[in-house]
Amino acid sequence: MATMTIAEALRQAIREEMHRDARVFCLGEDIGVEGGFGGAFTVTLGLAEEFGHERILDTPVSEILIAGAAVGAAISGMRPIADVQYGDFLFCMMDQLVNQAAKMTYMSGGTVKVPMVMRSPVGASTRGAQHAQSPEGFFTHVPGLKVVCPSTAYDAKGLLKSAVRDDNPVLVFEHKLLYGSKGARSEKTALNPVGEVPDEEYLIPFGKAAVRREGKDITLVATLLMVYRALQAAEILEGEGLSIEVIDPRTLVPFDYDTVWESVRKTSRLMIVEEDNRRCGWGAEIAARASEEIIYYLDAPIRRIAAYDVPIPFAPVMENYVVPSVKRIVEEARKLVEA
Amino acid sequence: MTKEANKLNKHQQMYELMVLIRRYEETISSLFLEGELPGTIHQYQGQEACAVGMLFDLRKDDYMTSTHRPAGHALAKGVSVESCLAEMFAKTTGCCKGKGGSMHLGDISCGAVPAIAIVGGGIPVAVGIGLSCKMRRTDTVVVCFFGDGAANEGAFHEALNGAALWNLPVIFACENNLYAASTCIRQAMKSESIAQRASAYGIPGEVVDGNDVLAVNRAALKAIERARGNEGPSLLELETYRIVGHSRSDPCGYRTREEEKAWREKDPILRMEKYLLEHGGANPEDLEKIQKNVEKRIEHALQEARSAPEPQAEDALQDVYYGGE
Repeated sequence: MATMTIAEALRQAIREEMHRDARVFCLGEDIGVEGGFGGAFTVTLGLAEEFGHERILDTPVSEILIAGAAVGAAISGMRPIADVQYGDFLFCMMDQLVNQAAKMTYMSGGTVKVPMVMRSPVGASTRGAQHAQSPEGFFTHVPGLKVVCPSTAYDAKGLLKSAVRDDNPVLVFEHKLLYGSKGARSEKTALNPVGEVPDEEYLIPFGKAAVRREGKDITLVATLLMVYRALQAAEILEGEGLSIEVIDPRTLVPFDYDTVWESVRKTSRLMIVEEDNRRCGWGAEIAARASEEIIYYLDAPIRRIAAYDVPIPFAPVMENYVVPSVKRIVEEARKLVEA
Repeated sequence: MTKEANKLNKHQQMYELMVLIRRYEETISSLFLEGELPGTIHQYQGQEACAVGMLFDLRKDDYMTSTHRPAGHALAKGVSVESCLAEMFAKTTGCCKGKGGSMHLGDISCGAVPAIAIVGGGIPVAVGIGLSCKMRRTDTVVVCFFGDGAANEGAFHEALNGAALWNLPVIFACENNLYAASTCIRQAMKSESIAQRASAYGIPGEVVDGNDVLAVNRAALKAIERARGNEGPSLLELETYRIVGHSRSDPCGYRTREEEKAWREKDPILRMEKYLLEHGGANPEDLEKIQKNVEKRIEHALQEARSAPEPQAEDALQDVYYGGE
């Protein structure tokens, strides 16, 4: 068992998969440049030295090319891991992800497979509106894509390895404040959780949620950074006699409704915390499904806590206000039990 | 397939393939007008020399990407007439099992990537295939078709720059038929040619008479040889003309009848007929035989498509994920 950061766990997953399978390669901006950063958040640091620049392929600043080349390579026998510096830049490559990657298998009547991974950092971190978004919800909406959100080092490694071996396009969203990137790429306000990662090989299947904390009064579903805020809130609420069950779905597509519903049948209260804007986010889908499938188990209306429906502002005081905080989660939880 | 099925020489086979594409598209047009086919159509009549000239010498393991006007490309890359027609009828025997339709014809087993109907969307995909061909140490190449309209997409720029930078075996075949839907190329770019843009990426570019199948084939052979020899990509601009409208109901009010007449006189099939009769050692009976053979193949494919099973409505729920979610 080794202890490592999420960036290190992701790097180890990539390294193992590249050793295991010659078809696996990485492409992206600044991922292998000598004297560079190893991608925006150091995940690929050192891999070019180990695997060479052909398999750790630096690209021009061309997001359409990155995604399109990944699609093309994937449908013709390779297993690319593409990298985008900030999740916000996924919008530059939407045609390739949504029209090409997601639909190729279907349009071909199931004959073409697209085994590609698209990694991207998300989350607000005082960079202003265009380097801050959490766009997971855009992609959960698209049939044909899988959406993965690892919040621990253990999950990061196991889920990324599963993503590489999946025969479908998988988007892996990683949080900037969870990476544990070091040196010049470290983040001031980061949490940087370190976690234990087994030495032996393991995979984490998609669609299996993790119960991060058991509780009996409220079921709280959260991903990425919000898992940690939810856990902090749960700690505070425990002092007030409230017991919160925190569930990290780990993958949004496929989504483990069974685990969440089982919890709701126990707690009778459901809260969803997401860092994305509230309107039509993935949390709205979970809430809608809950209203269809388990409404009679609920003792109170479902609460969704998300970023307010504004772009992410720069000023820390504003950013902290817009993105769900521990304080906001605590207050909403109190209201929920009073309801 | 044509190539094995008869003893025609290369030029006669090219002619046969052009006639097949023309008759296929004319058949589709009638079926569509008679209301027998669902959906929409974007037809290839007039551009046959581009598909045949570019693809005739490709191997089965070489790749091809196509556009919303894919029939000529698909047939010339070896997708069967039967499976193309069945797809147009939205049948389960179609090359995409009825899930693709007229704009997504293709069959990956013969290197024809299901056609990409977002203008320019296939160009970066072709670069990725070229990257894969190179990384897998094969000598396979990719022919990437797109139109003059796509040359003004950002994807074109990013893809050509990438292919050039990585020296990939991609042949960019731009079919310049002068109109992006109804917009004339002169209203869409100031450059004199699309081929000249190649110099911006440091690769060879050439303007080719896209209605002369032999000229297209000569240029294609040169570019294919370069690509196979690890000498990198090329951009070919094939000057051509669709003698039909952009899509199902297009009376072509944006172009003159004189222009259409002038291009009809440059019809690639008539030109090839003339060449075969004057220089190719063929007589009119030979050509007639080829035409009749094509008619038979289309008739056969049509019968098969009509009698093929319809998909079940619930089949729509399959194939979203490869191997299931």
